[in-house]
Formats: sequence, C-alpha cells, structure tokens
Amino acid sequence: MSKKVIGQKKPKIDGMALATGKPAYTDDIANPNALVVKLLRSPHAFARIKSIDTSRAEKLDGVEAFFTYKDVPQTRFTLAGQSNPEVSPYDRLILDELVRYVGDEVAIVAATDEKTALKALKLIKVAYEVLDPVLDFEQAADNPTVVHPEDNVHLNFEIGMEKSKNIVATDIQVVGDIDKELSKCDVVTEGVYYPQAQAHAMMETYRAYTYMDPFGQIVVVSSTQVPFHLRRHVARALELPMSKVRVIKPRIGGGFGGKQTVSGDLFAAFVTYKTGKPAKIIYDRQETFTCTTSRHAMRLKVRIGADQEGFIRVIDLDVLSDTGAYGEHASTVLGCVGHYTLPLYSKMRAIRFVGHAVYTNKMPAGAFRGYGATQGTFALESTINKLAHELGMDPTELRLKNIIREGETALHWEDGTRLGSTALDRCIRKGKEMIGWEEKGLRRRVGPHKVRGLGMAVTMQGSGIAYIDTASAEIRLNDMGDYVLMHGATDNGMGADTILAQMAAEVLETEMDHIIVRSLDTDYSPYDPGSYASSGTYVSGSAVVKAAENLKVKILEEAAHYLEVPVGEVELTKEAVHWVPNAGEDRLNGDANPKPKAVSLVELAERSVLGSGKNQLVGQATFGSEISPPPYVAGFAEVEVDQETGKVDLIQFVAVADCGTVINPNLARIQVEGGVAQGIGMALYEDVKYDKQGRMLSDSFMQYKIPTRKDVGTIRVAFEESYEPTGPFGAKSVGEVVANTPAPAITEAVYNAVGVRVTDLPITPEKLFMRMSEQNS
Amino acid sequence: MKIEFTINGKKAAWDVAPDDLLADTLRAHGFLSVKKACNTSCCGLCTVWVDGQPTLSCTMLSARANGKTITTLEGVQMEAEEFAKILTSEGAEQCGFCSPGFVMNVLAMKKELKNPTDEEIIHYLTGNLCRCTGYMGQLRAVKTYLGVNSAQ
Repeated sequence: MSKKVIGQKKPKIDGMALATGKPAYTDDIANPNALVVKLLRSPHAFARIKSIDTSRAEKLDGVEAFFTYKDVPQTRFTLAGQSNPEVSPYDRLILDELVRYVGDEVAIVAATDEKTALKALKLIKVAYEVLDPVLDFEQAADNPTVVHPEDNVHLNFEIGMEKSKNIVATDIQVVGDIDKELSKCDVVTEGVYYPQAQAHAMMETYRAYTYMDPFGQIVVVSSTQVPFHLRRHVARALELPMSKVRVIKPRIGGGFGGKQTVSGDLFAAFVTYKTGKPAKIIYDRQETFTCTTSRHAMRLKVRIGADQEGFIRVIDLDVLSDTGAYGEHASTVLGCVGHYTLPLYSKMRAIRFVGHAVYTNKMPAGAFRGYGATQGTFALESTINKLAHELGMDPTELRLKNIIREGETALHWEDGTRLGSTALDRCIRKGKEMIGWEEKGLRRRVGPHKVRGLGMAVTMQGSGIAYIDTASAEIRLNDMGDYVLMHGATDNGMGADTILAQMAAEVLETEMDHIIVRSLDTDYSPYDPGSYASSGTYVSGSAVVKAAENLKVKILEEAAHYLEVPVGEVELTKEAVHWVPNAGEDRLNGDANPKPKAVSLVELAERSVLGSGKNQLVGQATFGSEISPPPYVAGFAEVEVDQETGKVDLIQFVAVADCGTVINPNLARIQVEGGVAQGIGMALYEDVKYDKQGRMLSDSFMQYKIPTRKDVGTIRVAFEESYEPTGPFGAKSVGEVVANTPAPAITEAVYNAVGVRVTDLPITPEKLFMRMSEQNS
Repeated sequence: MKIEFTINGKKAAWDVAPDDLLADTLRAHGFLSVKKACNTSCCGLCTVWVDGQPTLSCTMLSARANGKTITTLEGVQMEAEEFAKILTSEGAEQCGFCSPGFVMNVLAMKKELKNPTDEEIIHYLTGNLCRCTGYMGQLRAVKTYLGVNSAQ
C-alpha cells in the first residue's frame, strides 16, 4: 500500500520557530532571577586538596552559597546515561578530595549574577598536594599512579575492572583458532592505528536550569539526550527519593553523544536542593572543551588474514582505549569497537577481540556519535584497504566478495543471529558510479605538485541496543478529534519529534497537523532511555507505530459499536470512521450500501470523553528488540594533495547509505551530510591536545578546528533502501553510521595520491609533509 | 553608564556596565534570538547588525552600541520567515541553535551581493559554524533564496 506521509520531505515541526529565533532552549526559558552557578576547577592533573579557604569570597555581596567536597553526599555515581542499571563504574562524587584532571571540580559557587560568581571563584584559596599524573594511556596499566585509589567504586556488572592497574574494563572475545587459521592464510596484513580524541563541539554548550516546585520536587530543565537517566543520576547523587526529581527537556542545540553524559546539571540541582532557590549553570565554550567528555582516543592493533582469492578468514583486533579520569561509557564504547566492525564480513573462520580501557589523568572520554565503531572502522577498514593493495585487488571488489549478505550470520554473533536486511552491495556500486571510480583511477596528477587520490571504506552500526533498549509511546484521541502523541525519544535537533509524528500520522490515516507531539518531561512522558545508540527511528519509532495501531483498533471498535456494525466493516479516515459493508474487495464492485453510515472523529472523540461514552481512547505500546539491525554506509573520498605543503583538500565525499526505508528524505540526508562532515573533521582537522602537565591546549575554536563550510568539499549523498522486516515501515537507524567512513576513506585516498599511509589522526599538512619527506629521503 | 541607541527600530536608553558585552545585554533585555557559543568571535552565532553591518555581539562592548542602530532577528521577522521557510524545507536548520546568527548573515548577504557564485556565498558565510548539517543543505537553501540555482 502506498504511503501518504512516510517517505515525504516533511519540514521539522519545530523548524520555523527555531529558524526565526524564537525562545526555545534551556537558557531562553530559565528564570532570569535564577542563581548563577560557577565551578572552581583544578589546575592540576592529579592532586589532593589539603585545604580550601572561602572566607574572602563569602564576604562578597551577592554570593549565596559555597560548597566543597566536605559538603556533598558520599554516594558514588556515574554520569553516563547508557542503561539502567548503568554499566559504567560509579566512580564519582559531586566534589571529591582527590582531583583527577585539569578542570576537575573543586568548589561550587552560587551568586546572584555571573560577574559576582566569577569574582568569588578568584577569591577562593586552595592548597593542593600535587601528585604524579598518568597522562600517556599506553603507560597507564601498572603505573605507580592509581587514578582511583578509593575503595568504594561501585560496579553493577563485572566489566573486567582492575582498579589498582588503572584498568577500567576488559573485553575479550575469541571465536575459532586464530593461530591455526592465520597459518593457513596466504596474506596477513597488519597495522597499528591511533584515532584521536575528538570534541563534540555542539553549538549549544552544556547547560541546565533547576528549581524547586510546589510539591517539593527538584525540577531540572536540561540540555540533555538522556532525561530519564539524568533523573536517576540526580536522585542517586543527591541521595533523594526518585519521586523527588523531575527532568524537562526543551529544544536542544545539538548533542552528538556529548549530552548522553551528564555535565553541570548536578551542581545546579545541588544548589537548588540546598538553597531552595532556582539556579542555572551554563558551561562556556572553554569548559565544554576541557571539562566534559570527548571521543575515546585509542590504539588499535589489527591483523587480517586472507587467502589468495581475497576471502578474509581472520580478524584479530587488540584495542586500548583511553577513558580519562572517570569511566563513563568505558566498557560499552570498548565493546562496540568489535560489535560494529566484526560482523561486516561473513567469510571468516576465526576472530579475536582483546580490549582494555584505562584510566588516565585527562578529561573523561564518553559517548560520541559512532561510539567505538568510528575508531574500529578507521582501523579495520584502513587495514582492509592495505590488504587490497597486497592482494592486488580493487578494494571495492574485495568488499563485495566478503561483506555479509541477507540471511547470513557473522562469526561475531555467537547467538547465530541472521541478517535481516542489507543493501551494502548496492551502496558500494552506487558510490563507485557517483565518484567516478573506474574513470578517474585511484591516482591522478592534476598539476606540477598536485595529485588527486580516491579511497573508500564501508561501515555498519546498530539500531538501538538489543535486549536492553525499550521505548514506550502513548497516543490519545483528544476531546475534539485531534491527537496528542507522547513519547520519550529525545529530539536534540535531528528531527525525532517530526519523524515520529509522520509514523503516527501514517498509521492513523491523518495529517501531521492533527497530531500534537509532546516530549519530554519525565513526569508526563512514557519511558524511553533517550536519544543514543541510533535508537530514535527504530526503537522509539516502533513504539509509536504500535501505540498508533493500538489506538486505531480502539477507535474502530468504538465506532463500530456506535454504528452498530461489525468492527471488520469500518474504516478510519482523517475526518471520520466510515461503515463500508464488506470492506475490501467487494467495495470496488459497486454493490456496497449506497448510503454508508459514518461517525465523524470529532463526534466519536466527544462521545469518548463526555456523555454516554466515558472511555477516552488511548493507544499505548512498549517496544524492545532482540536484534539491533545494522544500517550500512559506503563512503568514497576524492582528495587533492599538495606535495609541496602536505595540505589535503577534500574535493568530494560520496556517502551512500542503507538505513532501510527512508522515513523523511530531507532529514535523513542532512543526518548523512552532517555525520560525514564530523568524520571529515576527525580525518583532517580536529585534535584534542594536551601539554606535558595535562592541561588541554585545544580549549577554544581558535585551537580546535571544526570544519567550516570551506573545509568539507562537496558532500554528496544517496540512499539505497533495504527493507528491515523488524523496523517501523522497514526502517533502520541513520544517526551514527554516517560518521564512520570519512577517516579510513580519506586516509586511503591520501595514500593512493602520495604513497603515505597516515595511521594517527588527523592528517595535518605538517604531519603529511614530514612523512612524505621521510619517505623520499 | 547609560547608552542611547535604536534597537529594532525603537529608541532605547539602557543602563549597562562598562564591561558588559552586547550579546549579554541583548539577552538580558529579552532579545533571546541572540545566541552565544564561543565567546571568542569564532562561531557567528551572536551575529546582529550594527548600523546594518553583521557584527559579532559576543565580543562587542555594550557601551559601543551608544548612538548606533542595532538589529536582531526579532527585528527582521518578515524576511527571516521568508528564508526560514526555504531553510526548513531543506531540513537544514537541524538543531537550530546556530540559525539566528546564520539567518542574520544570509539576510545581510542578500542586500550586499548580487548573483553570487557558490564560492562567494561560502566565503561570505564562512564565519557561521554549524555542527549538525555539514553545510550542504544550508547552501542549497541560500541558493534557492537568492535565486541563483545554476550548477557550479
């Protein structure tokens, strides 16, 4: 049946308000009289606080409250918003005597205005016992410095922590006999890769506004991707009953996984809890760069074995992940390095994944779009490209020979899961055509010192977390025949509210204008873990479809009862429920009742809430999946390298995506274009850098360069749809998978152009120039 | 200190401190379209017009607005809506946080450049960062808005 709303380029339902500057974000709706909360931060990478003198600061007019580690509850918690119960170690306090990175919080100040709060910070005197930090993550294990010496770190799960060795998590998976299978391989290709820490750099920095409501609840209005997780963390950290915390999510100015880890919310909530007064905290750009989270920097050692025909038989991955001072997302990001790379290829006979995540005295790493898959894809796909050279095979042919097909399973999926949908083969073929793979050749000289190169890579991700993610949705038929859709998917700018409304409208045979979308308030919205793990379309979408179907059945039943006709003979339209005798085939034969009875939706709705009806119609559903259907992308890069300077210009990037059915072609396309741009930033420009004392050097947009519109070349996008049988209307996810191919595709294009394979990102001109010089000497 | 100036067509006289920055002052007076995201003149989100010229208000002292004509997005809603319809029809506002500064600069560009090329458009708007869209949808929208759809 053809779709009326699904597959349409619907504008975002909040788009006009946002694009014309209407107040919609946290700081736009905060009480102007809220106390301003500022944090004193550690100047040392590792130190114990000996004393804090706040006496001078306290005398300042307008200072309302001060808190140090002596004032806060002693229940450890995590800031990761990943699952309930959390997998990340509970290794934090609101304030701790031990400070573990430059920027770690030392004291909380609340004042009537920002200038006073900042002045107060300068008047606080702190004496530190400075300790030796561990800054090099390759030296973290078995280091004399132990980042978390305390004995009350709490774990909900066994994650392979060896705290005395700074090891947060260990993840090992072995299937088959690696050594035996490697010995049978004709070609074994190896590589060591260092994807760097990357900053999310969302435009709206981290912020929250808190107040006490008349019922004694602490209300946290937060720029967050994980309202329900945030609610739990605030209650635990403040040692409050869960029912005393409520989280409201207004419009969000971007997240990219950053806001899947809680930031300043707890400090403002603590101030409100202690003072009873409204408070707000806004991290400035420097704090956002230096005191939140980044992508995990990693070292990945890869070995791939293949036979002469090009069948990949063995993948051996050894991963070391730098999780920084606290363990948010340490074990889960580590695991995803393997989960979202190893099942790409299905002809394997043995795999080994050995992963460790370690503490260091640097800013914590956390969730970032791609969530380990990005780093894993860079390492694995770079090595596959290298293998293609060694085999003398076209890298696209090597992929086509080895990628997993529908109905196949992967060695990594030990439960024998079979792949439900993929169009990756079509994505590869389409991408080749779009970039001109055959005609251009992998290397082309275009000037006396300018060479162009082509490169490609493929990737996968998941759609939600199998067995863990669930989402609930409710749709109510209002008293006047319109609908209200309540869901918990946390739209942080990508358009989840819009595509969920499209799905509900499709099921209910109505138009989007007839549906009010309400999200998110933890007191009103049905539970949803939030917007992460590429779950919005697949997990939340499935819940919305089921809830809408549930409501549709109730509407039809109610209408049939009212019309006194069989329920199988009524049909829902935008305006009414019609009696269609022998609904279906016979209807077309013209022998139907010439005067079909109908009840308008308005009348039915009115009846349901007053008068004789007394049964307001509400559809409800909860969805969770035992699988996480992978979306796929084939990415192709064309670069131009200046051999005299080492500068790489990205000419074009072609991304062809299989996200199943495309629910909204415009919003999906922008997801791809934006994710590719972040991947381009990671490949060529972005780098979180520290000095020798552990102070972050890249703490503003002057030092940390995200791509401008001059730096991304031309990004071209196409979709090759598959149909995911378990997805809503056949859809899978698109949010994360799009960030993974630029790094390996661009490094390969640079290799093809000038013969230098860069394995430590980003590919800066000086780095490439030096390597070219070394190679030539 | 007191500054006297014109804000969105109306005369105003506000008390400001010598070290107040214009973006903060405007937000404090309810002009909430003005967004701050870098405090270092790098991102373009705080763009307003000062005497018609796009200006970064996060690093301009409020005192310097004395005697000037300041325009925020609240003051050009008709033009903003015309462009916003095109921008949203591409889905290219995304999170929307960078939109006000971006829209102010696009409206200024329309007055300043006649039939610009892609390169001229990109150059004019380089100072407006966006982390969501990858810029392509914004370029499509701007070209439609300016009526310069020639493939380049």
